[in-house]
Amino acid sequence: MIRHLLTADGLDGETVNTVLGTADTLKQTLLGREVRKLPTLRGRTVITMFYENSTRTRVSFEVAGKWMSADVINVSASGSSTGKGESLRDTALTLSAAGADCVILRHGASGAPHRLAEWLDHTGTRVVNAGDGMHEHPTQALLDAATLRERLGELSGRRVGIVGDLLHSRVARSNVHLLRTLGAEVVLIAPPTLVPDGIESWGATVTHELDPQLPGLDAVMALRVQAERMNGGFFPTAREYSIGYGLNAARTAKLPEHAVVLHPGPMLRGMEIAPRVADSPSAAVEQQVRNGVHVRMAVLYHLLAGEESTA
Amino acid sequence: MTENEHPTGASGRRILLREVRPYGTGDPVDLLIDDGVVVGIGQHSGTDADEIVHAGGAVLLPGFVDLHTHLREPGGEDAETVESGSTAAALGGYTAVLAMANTDPVADNAVVVEHVRRRGREVGLVDVRPVGAVTAGLDGKRLAEIGSMARSPAEVRVFSDDGHCVDDPLLMRRALEYTRAFDGVVAQHAQDPRLTPGSQAHEGPNAARLGLAGWPAAAEESVVARDCMLAEHTGGSLHVCHVSSAGTADFLRWWRARSTAGSVSAEVTPHHLLLTDELLETYDPLYKVNPPLRTDEDVHALRTALAEGVVDCVATDHAPHADQDKDCEWSAARPGMLGLQTALSVLVRTMVRPGLLDWRGVARVLSETPARVAGLSRQGRPIGVGEPANLTLVDPDTEWTVRGAELASTAVNTPFEGMVLPGRVLATISEGRITARDGKVEPIGGRS
Amino acid sequence: MASRQSADAAAPAGERELLSAGDVARTVARMAHQIIEKTALDSGAEHVVLLGVPTRGVPLARRIAERIDTFSGVSVPTGALDITLYRDDLRQQPNRPLEPSSVPTGGVDDALVVLVDDVLFSGRTVRSALDALRDQGRPRAVQLAVLVDRGHRELPIRADYVGKNVPTARSEDVAVRLTEVDDTDAVLLRRPDSSSGATSSTATSGREPDTESGTETAESAGGKQ
Repeated sequence: MIRHLLTADGLDGETVNTVLGTADTLKQTLLGREVRKLPTLRGRTVITMFYENSTRTRVSFEVAGKWMSADVINVSASGSSTGKGESLRDTALTLSAAGADCVILRHGASGAPHRLAEWLDHTGTRVVNAGDGMHEHPTQALLDAATLRERLGELSGRRVGIVGDLLHSRVARSNVHLLRTLGAEVVLIAPPTLVPDGIESWGATVTHELDPQLPGLDAVMALRVQAERMNGGFFPTAREYSIGYGLNAARTAKLPEHAVVLHPGPMLRGMEIAPRVADSPSAAVEQQVRNGVHVRMAVLYHLLAGEESTA
Repeated sequence: MTENEHPTGASGRRILLREVRPYGTGDPVDLLIDDGVVVGIGQHSGTDADEIVHAGGAVLLPGFVDLHTHLREPGGEDAETVESGSTAAALGGYTAVLAMANTDPVADNAVVVEHVRRRGREVGLVDVRPVGAVTAGLDGKRLAEIGSMARSPAEVRVFSDDGHCVDDPLLMRRALEYTRAFDGVVAQHAQDPRLTPGSQAHEGPNAARLGLAGWPAAAEESVVARDCMLAEHTGGSLHVCHVSSAGTADFLRWWRARSTAGSVSAEVTPHHLLLTDELLETYDPLYKVNPPLRTDEDVHALRTALAEGVVDCVATDHAPHADQDKDCEWSAARPGMLGLQTALSVLVRTMVRPGLLDWRGVARVLSETPARVAGLSRQGRPIGVGEPANLTLVDPDTEWTVRGAELASTAVNTPFEGMVLPGRVLATISEGRITARDGKVEPIGGRS
Repeated sequence: MASRQSADAAAPAGERELLSAGDVARTVARMAHQIIEKTALDSGAEHVVLLGVPTRGVPLARRIAERIDTFSGVSVPTGALDITLYRDDLRQQPNRPLEPSSVPTGGVDDALVVLVDDVLFSGRTVRSALDALRDQGRPRAVQLAVLVDRGHRELPIRADYVGKNVPTARSEDVAVRLTEVDDTDAVLLRRPDSSSGATSSTATSGREPDTESGTETAESAGGKQ
């Protein structure tokens, strides 16, 4: 198994299937239970270290840890390491020395979890990437895959569209890699200003028109458009974006019956997704959140339940 | 001659270099230096020499001149000082370095540049020539006191906002015009800031995959094109710092074939001749530099351009950074790499061994051209009787392993850590004095 | 591992068959009879549920239920109870995949639950199973059925139904093979490779890590390698 969870890029199919399988088993295990608590990670200390606010991701990890009986401690950090306050490295070493078995990091700098893993290499503390800059968000991709598998069965040969700000999206990056690993076809749909360089090498197809794609998709994922991008000249106006790429009822009507609509949240209703679509039966937004807990439990299980450090 | 022209000199000593091969050609000869001047080339008994260096057929070159060094003093002494930087320079075979202006306070006035020049002389290992800022405080808004710096005892000839681009075209035009008064040159850090907001890495597939904001080559190329045209229009002298892209090389090739007015020169750094953005995989900020490491295609285009003379010279962009500015997350790290002690070896590996450059070519790109660009009359001279003894003795064959901690700089941020590189500096002779020999510097007055 | 001449045995070195395929079938049948008798199954007074501990406890539970059905005509619900999440030795072993748990419809509340496992050794698996069972509901009573009891208990736990008692050295392994998992039925006793003879095996091997971690399930005892 893996030592840290830093990226979806490079995770092999076996690992992904194992984690998703564990998540599913955990979900079944806890189904309908009055007391949702497993003793598995008793005595393990999990620290969430969030340099960016994300209530949903932090809470999801926290619940996951607590349902496994780990001691979960939340550290809200702010600001970058330069000039003000303690460096990321010192913070990480401090938390490790204080007994963290696992540090879950959300950071605005791409690659920060890689650095953390390197700094903590000698300690045995595990690192989970809870979203780094514009790079990756592997547990989001895992929970999306778990949700799609529940709705669609095996993903091999399925066609998944990802619409929106691909350039700045860590969710898109992780999802492309993971969905490809699971054998799905990925279609990326965005205006040219929001398509990263060399994206073809990720094994996905790129197009700028959403509508022609809709009838052939088994699932469509709308990415969040961050407010600061709207004024960054990436597209003329929010209205124009919504007209071209927003998931409205007319668009989802063109999807096949079985198609699933995903959104990593938080949703900008009316802009990237219409309220009626977000609340429709094809939308799996709440299911995504529920699966998030089980997937993160599975990740913690695989990183923490086994043998003491192999360092 | 003013005293300024002998900053590192030790007068009256006679040094005999036994069995050297000037420019790596011909049979070994002996070379005698007396009072800072080469006085004889041929066979010498050596009985009257104060010091004898047995070179064993090593390559003798004119002392290297670095157009682009950050010595960090004043203000950044936790990364480098004039003393530690001079030591690294002497060990790297340099007899003169141009110290960039982005210090704290900025070298935008006569006081700061005179201070740096004076510190260089006190240390006495290499001719430290301060670069003056183009704009006051490097803010890109109004010209710094360029004339005062030029006319000060520091005799500043090269002006640069390096680290920042003089992006305002009108200001750049004025700088190119104004510096003509004293044969100055404007060294431009070509980077359109509007095209590179928050940029972290070469804009391409690697940066996209790693989620690092892109630094498109066009942001360099467009500024270089504009500045060349401004140089032609004004008759000023433009020096393009750290050319990093194949596109810039292509443009310069085209431009230099057609334009006669004005003067354009260009440098490439050793790291852009060897390293690519694939190294960013680990997010280790050792590989963060501005302009960024680009692709294999760029690397090879730059080698070709240097071989052709389209890019005239090699400058290190030696940029020491303290540990806390490198041992952090990528986006928080400062850009820059050590270069003084590895430049020659990288050049041997990337240019000499593949046959792109002979030793005469090395002399041209490491010494003669940079000396001419900087207007240093005693540097980059031919190896001949009567010439100032600014010389570097090179063992082209020995391979060594780069270790940042073993380099002379205060900082340790070499991107070549752990690499085995060919070619070593055996001795550096500055104004007739041995400043470095066998990996150790010889301070004024001898080692204590 | 110490080198060893393999010419002295036809079977793999240090391996001895304790139960043949026929023995396994007879033993399962006997255990079914015992359960019928002890729980007074045919009287219908008890709601009996057989829960197998993965991996081999699960098919074993199904076989016993099938025998019970044949002998008494009573259909006993069976299920699986994975105890991985409740183990107390997770940190001593490489990470292991979870097996699905499945509790029969009707649940375990007020039922007489018979836990079924292949080998009873230290008792730790059973303890974990009791913890796992508690999270599934509140049985009226819990009993334990094992195919082999090999001794060396570390906890105050005993089986209600034992197929075969096998005295073993700590260093030895008992490997249960079932067709559903292993394509064959057998119970094997295996000596550690390192000993060149049975007499010297007890001296050092009691402290060997794989013995320490080897609780009584067949996962550690057999199958894997």
